[in-house]
Amino acid sequence: MPAPELTDVTLTVNGVQHEITVEPRRLLSDALRHDLGLTGTHVGCEHGVCGACTVLVDGKPTRACLMFAVAAQDYAITTVEGLTRPDGSLSPVQQAFKDCHGLQCGFCTPGFLTTVAAGIEENPDPTEDEARDMIAGNLCRCTGYQNIVASVLRAAELQAGESEESA
Amino acid sequence: MTTKSIGEPIARVEDARLVTGQGRYADDLMPGALEMAVLRSPHAHARIVDIDLEAVLDLPGVHAVYTYDDLTGPMAEPLPLLIPHPTLTHGRTQYALAKDEVNYVGEAIAVVVADDRYIAEDAVGRILVSYEFLPPVVGIDKARAAEHLVHDDVPGNVAARMEQGFGDAAGAIAKAPHKLVLDIEVERSAATPMEGRGTVARWDRDLGRMSVWSSTQTSTGVRAAIASKLGLDLGQVDLVTPDVGGGFGVKIVHPWPEELLVPFAARALGRPVKFIEDRREHFISSAHERGQQQHIEVGFDEDGRVLGVDFRFWHDHGAYTPYGLIVPIITSTQFLGPYKIPNYHVVFESLYTNTVIVTPYRGAGRPQAVYAMERMLDAIAAHLGIDRTLVRERNFIQPDEFPYAHGEMSFQDGRPLVYDSGNYPELMAKAKALVGWEDFERFRDEARAEGRKVGIGIACYVEGTGVGPYEGGHVTIETSGKVKVSTGLTTQGQGHQTAFAQIVADELGARFEDVEVVTGDTRRSPYSVGTFASRAAVMSGSAIALAARKAKEKALRLAAQALEVDESDLEINDGVVSVKGAPGTSIDLGTLAVLSNPLRYAFDEASKAATQFVVGDPGKPPVPEGEEPGLEGKDFYSPMRSTFASGIHAVIVETDPDTAEIEILKYAVVHDCGTLINPRIVEGQIHGGVAQGVGGALYERMEYDESGQLLNASFMDFLIPYVTEIPKKIDIDHQVTPSPLNPLGIKGAGEAGVIPTAAAFASAIEDAEGITITSMPISPSQLFDLRLQAAADGTTNQEGTN
Ligand code: FES
Ligand code: FES
Repeated sequence: MPAPELTDVTLTVNGVQHEITVEPRRLLSDALRHDLGLTGTHVGCEHGVCGACTVLVDGKPTRACLMFAVAAQDYAITTVEGLTRPDGSLSPVQQAFKDCHGLQCGFCTPGFLTTVAAGIEENPDPTEDEARDMIAGNLCRCTGYQNIVASVLRAAELQAGESEESA
Repeated sequence: MTTKSIGEPIARVEDARLVTGQGRYADDLMPGALEMAVLRSPHAHARIVDIDLEAVLDLPGVHAVYTYDDLTGPMAEPLPLLIPHPTLTHGRTQYALAKDEVNYVGEAIAVVVADDRYIAEDAVGRILVSYEFLPPVVGIDKARAAEHLVHDDVPGNVAARMEQGFGDAAGAIAKAPHKLVLDIEVERSAATPMEGRGTVARWDRDLGRMSVWSSTQTSTGVRAAIASKLGLDLGQVDLVTPDVGGGFGVKIVHPWPEELLVPFAARALGRPVKFIEDRREHFISSAHERGQQQHIEVGFDEDGRVLGVDFRFWHDHGAYTPYGLIVPIITSTQFLGPYKIPNYHVVFESLYTNTVIVTPYRGAGRPQAVYAMERMLDAIAAHLGIDRTLVRERNFIQPDEFPYAHGEMSFQDGRPLVYDSGNYPELMAKAKALVGWEDFERFRDEARAEGRKVGIGIACYVEGTGVGPYEGGHVTIETSGKVKVSTGLTTQGQGHQTAFAQIVADELGARFEDVEVVTGDTRRSPYSVGTFASRAAVMSGSAIALAARKAKEKALRLAAQALEVDESDLEINDGVVSVKGAPGTSIDLGTLAVLSNPLRYAFDEASKAATQFVVGDPGKPPVPEGEEPGLEGKDFYSPMRSTFASGIHAVIVETDPDTAEIEILKYAVVHDCGTLINPRIVEGQIHGGVAQGVGGALYERMEYDESGQLLNASFMDFLIPYVTEIPKKIDIDHQVTPSPLNPLGIKGAGEAGVIPTAAAFASAIEDAEGITITSMPISPSQLFDLRLQAAADGTTNQEGTN
């Protein structure tokens, strides 16, 4: 078998541009985790069902296990690491999950955080039902979702508080 | 006064790391490690005729391929049978790599180690294996029929037959005024943590040391297994448990083949090696649980008091028995629940099938046991036409009857089955109030008027938690005043770093923020057992409390000397030892740590204060007799027997008259786990358990076809609940009857959410539909079929057996 063909890929992740040389079949999730060392993005199923690998592609929640790295070149990608503020402080979503015990083992958490970050951007004041809808595509085996729903509502609250302050 | 932290819903200290993507799970470690992929059997039962590696050996990027033939010494022997039992007469375990025969789809046959997982999987795909097919045995019926055998040398496919009991069950049933017979079926499910298994190893040739990180529930168990299989001294192997993305029982099994093959390859190749299980592998090669057939005969009086029970069940343990009989033993003993059963006989057979192994999954045999008992009590209530809660109350062990011994039964630890404490009638009162039991008929009438069908169900359980043999705790106070704590058992999301820090803060009088806890690292805690059976808080919590008390004693001794006062006049608050009533006379824990360790060399300001010219009584040796340098406390906790938590779940469901969809209108949990260390964490455990219980009650089943292929080995097809399947609210009420068996009165809460869930749903669906429910899970299509069946048979009972 010939050596696998390699290709140069430019990824823009959390505002930083990276050049990597990978096989065309390299998944975005693997490129982020193993080529860029951004291991916050987790892989729970590799078939697009669990949502643990969710990253934001031009702001839209996207399953990194269903996208090739080469296909991600023209987009701005945000991972859980990119949610943290430049000064190291927590974004409203991160703070909310911490405040509301929205995680246990933490494995599913990055996928929820990115999903909710985009969700409250789109709907800054979700009702409880809307909060449930927002996370209805992500699996968590630990929390029974109760505190995750609470975290979504809290995140919206914190975010609203912040925009008021800066207004 | 230091504020008490035990009992407070303190926010978890682990979360800041985890919400920023800074967790360190197995696959996050050791970038650049070689990766392993496994060739797994595609057949459920076959002899391996030949393995052709020709097409793999010179693939670029492939470093090694191993089959059974490459294993020597202990590695070539079967994997350990971890928990032997005298009745396990025909225990069998698999080899790290299959030798001659495969017995389930997913059994490891060969491994490839390559530059990365992509190349390793390519290579695995090129290995050619020729098989001679053998007839597969799938399902309990086939196993019992024993037309074919899983293992040639195991007659009847029976690994074990175990019989226990007390009194004269047969006699009591024969004489009883009323009798019932029930046949029940419980399907297979599985833990399916979001992170599968994973192991990383690095062999350091210079130091002769093997460092292993594994996503496990037992650091010391994996370490010992690796040392023994690889012919290393225990002291040469370090096992560090990284962040673990959930366990729920499946990761207590050890060593998995890969847990041995990864360090084996790392040593052979002189390179770090990693194995990370993918989701399909998890379904077909990690353990399942639950599958049982049950047959119950019960005799009872007019009031619904149980006089005698004969309980027979058949347990499908899969192709091998590495974890012994723990699951069926728990089913056979915890069946008794909170009830006084005067005459009891139980017998089970643990059977081989050509399917993946069955080992504990959260609840570990209890959901099946509770399902059986609670279905039985509902049947009694229906038979006599009395309220289901009343039947339960009439059979409860009473609060003044503790400690309560169930005849001569012995529990999963081999010790007598004796309940330590509890108050079941009060639990029932709370549960009825929380779910609105008394108001339900009104609600049912209102719903019925609108053409809706609703039902209410209830189920009780007792859970033996905190089984031995022991756990340890080590508390070290550093010269900075920081308190470093270690315990050997592992963490998979239970918030141990927070809960254990709360215990130490209170016991020692330290500030919570100054306490840092490490779990599952054999370099810090080489003696430990593991995290299972809701035992972590009971076992390590107790051990850590005892260790903190020892550290405190030493701190007080040193402070008394330094301050020249009597120890009994001292107290410790917020990390400062002071004279009671004279807070000005004080010394902090950090300074005491300095004084505890007389030094020759000053390397910083703190150590300058501790050189031998400065500290100590000149009339005594620098380290007085009977003392050790350092301000530490170390202790172990080893209980005489398990403690018994208890609880009741109640649920109100609505079933769609057309589609048979089952909607959850209300879910209520009342539970007693003794002292609560952190109520927020306990409630989180209950939420998660209930979600898994809902999955087990309504959705999750392993669909094997008759050739032994698992048809739904993905998250697409095996339905674990999303938020949309979980009740919008879970009402929780706590009751606290502390355990007299341990220093803090803890009972353990990890499994409370999952144990009675399926039983409560069955009760509620039966109540809504008037159709007897005898199998779990129950899906809308099954309920639909049951309706058709009942209509055809004319067997629908009167609705509302409440
Ligand atoms: S890992 Fe991508 S959806 Fe599960
Ligand atoms: S916190 Fe463990 S899977 Fe969600």
